[in-house]
Amino acid sequence: MSLAASGARIVAPFEALDARTRLVAALSLVLVTVSMRSLSGQVAALLLALVMLRLSGLSLAQTSRRLLHVEGFMIALLVLLPLTVPGPALLSFGPFSMSQPGVARAVSIILSVNAAVLSTLSLLHTLEPVRLGRALASLGLPSRLVHLMMFLVRYQSLLRDEATRLVEAMRARGFAGRLRMHTWRTYGNLVGMLLVRSVERAERVDEAMRCRGFSGRFPMRANRPLTRADWRFGCALAAVLAALVGLDRFS
Amino acid sequence: MAHIPDGVLSGPVLVAGGVLAAGGIALALRRLDEEEIPRTAILSAAFFAVSLFAVPVGPSSVHLLLGGLMGLILGSAIFPAIFVALLLQSVMFGFGGLTSLGVNTFNIALPGALVGMLLAPAIARASASRAAVLAGIGSALAVAGTGTLVAVSLALSSNDYAASAKVMIATYLPLMCIEGLVAGFCVSFVKKVKPELLAPVPAGA
Repeated sequence: MSLAASGARIVAPFEALDARTRLVAALSLVLVTVSMRSLSGQVAALLLALVMLRLSGLSLAQTSRRLLHVEGFMIALLVLLPLTVPGPALLSFGPFSMSQPGVARAVSIILSVNAAVLSTLSLLHTLEPVRLGRALASLGLPSRLVHLMMFLVRYQSLLRDEATRLVEAMRARGFAGRLRMHTWRTYGNLVGMLLVRSVERAERVDEAMRCRGFSGRFPMRANRPLTRADWRFGCALAAVLAALVGLDRFS
Repeated sequence: MAHIPDGVLSGPVLVAGGVLAAGGIALALRRLDEEEIPRTAILSAAFFAVSLFAVPVGPSSVHLLLGGLMGLILGSAIFPAIFVALLLQSVMFGFGGLTSLGVNTFNIALPGALVGMLLAPAIARASASRAAVLAGIGSALAVAGTGTLVAVSLALSSNDYAASAKVMIATYLPLMCIEGLVAGFCVSFVKKVKPELLAPVPAGA
């Protein structure tokens, strides 16, 4: 499915691990990362995330695009923090001054946000949505939520293609997207058209499912038992995380 | 815009957001019939697809949140719909966060659900132009609600964020206007083409 890795499929060591192991590992890694209080703890968490990235076989170039997206979102906060947090000035120009605690706060956010994103991407980026759904179901997520996710995975790429076709048709008719009412009306119609088409598609899907006697349950392949590799990886990660927490508390 | 990443919010805020979102999801799932799942999911997929598009605004561009519109069409099912979409986004794209999933779900879904609850019956009865105005106002308010909730989550996490949070609210103003307009035109279109889409979801249909 096109939601997974956008580039070529990478044969990573993590691919051998069970999806449940990868999910639990990613979640504990992120939890430990965001709980770091000291600067040394945060730096260590980022280093650990870089090691995971290395192990995952994803290249820094592939992930930097994702990171940019995250940074783009956080820029407002990062720019504002040094200017708004009170404290002794580190640097001042004109009416603005960058306070020391503000800068420290911004640095700590940059460190832990990046560490968390890298950890998530390296463990989960290449996980196929179907495996993810099955793993979530066996970890106790309600079945209706899992069904919803499987449907969303299945249809989001389809509807994205449909939306792309509609936008291309708009451009072919000379739509330029200038700053005026016509633009918003066109986008409103675009969203409306997509909704109408998708609800009509849903009716067809629903009829087809009834036709085949859908009873509210999808057959799902059973999970294979956890292997030795899963346990080894889990224990190693637990030890590293315990060490990280120790470093953070006693530094 | 409303996706707070991991590593920004404090523990208590993350836990509170998680509990509130779980409550909303549980309530919505109980009301959601198995047979409504394809409709809910495919409509969510459409919203998801639209929110990935950048809408041009002069030299810049924005991504639509669509919370108000989702609330009008999906009702309380907006909670699981947003949760699942955010989960996929954070796992596949590293966008958003795992620990902040609950907070982000709640911040986007609650204003949308409220708009849906308050305005959907009136919009179902109203004429196309009146429905468009109502939906436009509702959607702008839903964006404002989400912006406020994001700012509140930041401000509750640390005093350091309080001043930044106030400035961040201002950045939601352009999105409010655009989303109100797009949602208004969208509802006027849907009212003419397929009005039953805006009728309250029939129970156990």
